Amino acid sequence: MDIATEAKPETIVLKGRKVVGGRAEGEALVTTETISGWGGINERTGTIIERRHEMRDVSFAGKILVFPGAKGSSGWSAYFHMTRLNGVQPQAMIFTRMTTKIALGAVVTRVPAITELDQDPLTVIETGDWVVVDADAGTVTITKKDRS
Amino acid sequence: MKLTDYEKAMFEGEHGRAKARAMDLLVRYGEALGAERLVETNNVAGAFNASTPSVQAIAQKGMEHIYSELNLDSDEVVEVPHMVAHTCQLITGIDNDNWELQGVDKSLVDMQRANEKYLGRRGVNMFATCTPYQVGNVPVKGEHCAWMESSAVIYCNSVLGARTNVEGKESTGAAALTGRIPFWGFHITENRRGTHLVELDVEVDDMMDWGLLGYYIGEVIGEDIPVINGRSHQPDLIKLKHFGAAAASSGGVEMYHIPGITPEADTVKEAFGTRKIKGTFRYGAKERRETYEKLQSSTEKKVDFIMLGCPHNSIDQMALIAHMLEDKKIHSDVQLWVHTPRAIKQVAERNGYIDVIRDAGGVVMSDTCPAISRRLPAGTKVIATDSAKQAHYLPAITGVQGWFGSVSDCVDAALTGQWNGRA
Repeated sequence: MDIATEAKPETIVLKGRKVVGGRAEGEALVTTETISGWGGINERTGTIIERRHEMRDVSFAGKILVFPGAKGSSGWSAYFHMTRLNGVQPQAMIFTRMTTKIALGAVVTRVPAITELDQDPLTVIETGDWVVVDADAGTVTITKKDRS
Repeated sequence: MKLTDYEKAMFEGEHGRAKARAMDLLVRYGEALGAERLVETNNVAGAFNASTPSVQAIAQKGMEHIYSELNLDSDEVVEVPHMVAHTCQLITGIDNDNWELQGVDKSLVDMQRANEKYLGRRGVNMFATCTPYQVGNVPVKGEHCAWMESSAVIYCNSVLGARTNVEGKESTGAAALTGRIPFWGFHITENRRGTHLVELDVEVDDMMDWGLLGYYIGEVIGEDIPVINGRSHQPDLIKLKHFGAAAASSGGVEMYHIPGITPEADTVKEAFGTRKIKGTFRYGAKERRETYEKLQSSTEKKVDFIMLGCPHNSIDQMALIAHMLEDKKIHSDVQLWVHTPRAIKQVAERNGYIDVIRDAGGVVMSDTCPAISRRLPAGTKVIATDSAKQAHYLPAITGVQGWFGSVSDCVDAALTGQWNGRA
C-alpha cells in the first residue's frame, strides 16, 4: 500500500430508505442487540440500563446510534420522546428491523433515521467511526476511525 | 402516503388544530413505516394519564400541554376536543385508593385525579387496566384497533382476531382524535399468517403451564408468529392472558395461532396459509424445566413480597385467591398485593372476596402494578409472583430477586414467609 492511500481515511457510502428526514453527523455507537425503551434506558441520561445488555451503562446521547431496532414494551416511543425533551437523544438512528415501535420512536425523537441499507450497517459500522447520515438523500457515509 | 379527502381536510386544519397536529403525527409515522395509507379505527387503548414525576412540570402549564406534547408530539399547544374513537386508558402509575401504601406523593395523586377528570370529559374511559378486554372493550374479529400494552395487543390479535400493531403513546393519542392509524403490519391479512411451528410434547394444562409455554415461545420465536400444535387441554381467558403476556415479555410476540382455538385458523395448514414454515420447535419436559429455571432469579428462600395479578386478575382468579386465604393469616414479614381491574374489584367487593383477602392481611390493588409504577413495599428484597411477566421485569427494573410459580405456591409463600415452589 502506498503512502498516499494509507494517509487517506477509508470512506464507505451505504444507500438506504429515509425513515425520518434530516442530516446529522457524529461518532457511531454500534450494538448488535435490540434496545428496550421502557425498562431498558434511563431517559434522563440517555443510558442503556438493561441488566444483560452488552451496552449497559453506556450513553447514546449525541451519538449516531446503530442497532437492530426496538424491543419490549409499547412505551418505547414515550421513553425516547423523553430523551429528546431532556436533551439526551441520539443524533441519528440507523437500524435494520422495522417495527411500529422503532418507527414511532424515531419520529418522536425527531432525529434523522434510516433503514433498509444495501449493506449490513451492524457489520460495516464500528463504534467510534465518524458517520454522516443524510436521510433525505438516503445515504450513510462512514469514515473509519483511525486505528494508529 | 395517500390520504382521503376527509383526512386531507383534517390535515389542513379544517377540523381544528388538534386534529391537524394528530394528522401530522400520523403522516410522519405512516411514512416512517412505509405505509401506503391510513385505516379507520373506532377502538383505541392508550396511555393518556399523567401519573409520574417527569410529567409534573408539563402538567403545571395545563393539561392541554400534556396531551399536545406527549400524546401528539406537537410543539404547538392545542385545545383537546372530544375523542372521536371509542377510547380507553390502559394501566396507570397510581392506585387512586392505595397510593399511600405505594409510597406515592400526594401531589402526584392530585395530578392523576385532575388529569383523569380532564380526559374523562373528553371521552377517555378510565378502565385503568392492562386488560381492557376484561372490562367491556372486547373487539370483534376483523375490527381495526389502535392498542398499546403488549399483553393486550397479543390477546387482541390472537384470541379475538381483531387487528392491531403495538402502538405508542403518541400514535394512540392521534388515533383517538382522528379515528385513523397507519394501515401496516397486523392490519393486513397476509401479515397475520404463522411463521414457525411449535409442537407440544408435554401437557399444557394449568395457568403456570401456559405461562411457561409462553415464556419459552417468546425466547425462541422473538417477534415472529408461532402456530401451536398438539394441545391436550382447552385453555380459557385466564390461561391465554398469562400465556400471551409471557410470550410478549421474553420475546416480542404480537400474534399466535392455536388451530381450533384461536379464530383465524382451524387447522395448522390454515394458520400458515401460503407462507412457508420457517422453523419448527418442540416443547417437551426438558424445555419446560429449563424455562422454569430461567424465570427464577432468587437464591434466598425467605420472601417478603408476593405479587399476584399480572396481567390484572379476572373475577375467577380473585375467587380462587380468596378461597385459598379463607380464615388464614399471611406471615408477619410478608406483604401480599393482589391486582385486578377496578371494575372487577367492585364485583369482588360485593362477593366478599376483598374482605377475605384483607382479613388475611393482603391488599387488593387496582389501576396499576409494581412494574408500571416501579413501586414495591419499602425494603422489598425477594418477591414471589405467579406472573412470568413480573418475574421477567421486576428484578430488572427494581433490582429485587424473584421467584416464579403457581398461584398456590405463591399463596403458600405468603402464609409461611418461605418459598417452597415446585416446577
